Amino acid sequence: MSTIQLNGAPHHYDAGTTVAQLVSAMTGRALLPSGQAADGGRLGVAVARNAGIVPRSQWSATALEHNDDLEIVTAVQGG
Amino acid sequence: MTESLVRNDAPVNDAVSHDALVNDALVIDGVALGSRLIMGTGGAPSLAGLGAALIASGTELTTVAMRRYSVDGAGSADTNLFALLLENNIKVLPNTAGCFTAREAVMTAELAREALETDWVKLEVIADEHTLLPDALELVEATEQLVNRGFKVFAYTNDDPVLALRLEHLGAAAVMPLGAPIGTGLGILNPHNIELIVARASIPVVLDAGIGTASDAALAMELGCDAVLLATAVTRAQNPVLMAKAFKHAVIGGRLAAQGGRIPKRQHALASSAMEGRPDV
Repeated sequence: MSTIQLNGAPHHYDAGTTVAQLVSAMTGRALLPSGQAADGGRLGVAVARNAGIVPRSQWSATALEHNDDLEIVTAVQGG
Repeated sequence: MTESLVRNDAPVNDAVSHDALVNDALVIDGVALGSRLIMGTGGAPSLAGLGAALIASGTELTTVAMRRYSVDGAGSADTNLFALLLENNIKVLPNTAGCFTAREAVMTAELAREALETDWVKLEVIADEHTLLPDALELVEATEQLVNRGFKVFAYTNDDPVLALRLEHLGAAAVMPLGAPIGTGLGILNPHNIELIVARASIPVVLDAGIGTASDAALAMELGCDAVLLATAVTRAQNPVLMAKAFKHAVIGGRLAAQGGRIPKRQHALASSAMEGRPDV
């Protein structure tokens, strides 16, 4: 089974899953091919894959690979 | 207060002074902010309470931290801090809180730029968890890298006039000297250094960290700071909304006092009533 590290924990995924599909499933919001939220609101989420930023415009073109290390972050209270 | 250290941008007559007060926006990176109170969001027990305090403070710029997306935390609609700020027209200032190295800070800033679509970043690179004091070497390194990557860097720094000027020369958009260590509420421990930083800076100076109560914020503005940033003093106050209002007025009061020009301190009393024409009683 294909597995990635998602925010520090193992996560199983179906082969061919893209970063866009993963973000959409996590946030519960549909995404446009541009990586913007389809509802017109701001998504407020960024993705790092193997310590490099994946720009939202590349999410739908980026398929997950076995043992990828993904960090998905957002704004929280602090500072 | 040493007169020569005070930045003197006070209006010279009544006609200008009215306009100056109405149009006294804080301009950073070409963006005008109507409030000189920048809020942090750490320490609030609930998002609803935080929202009420932010609105009461009148702030137009508020810091957030970047953390892992959690489905039962940041994910659900009623706990979405970014949405709360957007709804209230409060500009977001992502920070690099929790970063100990320039490398971590740069990566966090890049994530923030991508997530929140702003190139503003409050750069925090701390040395250790006990003091939470900035690590000057990592701070300088991170400032240089972030400026090169096109960020507008709000550099959280020690109250060191030499370091503050270095950060400006590296291209920081604003310097944010601490009044006292984060969360201590000790106020401004070295007002003289803050005055020195203000006197030599040509970018905005924001007093950040250590503020305990309204008079601390007023003092920061009287010393010539362009703005004040605080979080704990409101979020952990017994009544955050009342305290937020207090800070709103304190910052305005301190700013007006700085522009109004305080009287020099004297050793002896100076009568404010004329002695001539006294009745013989």
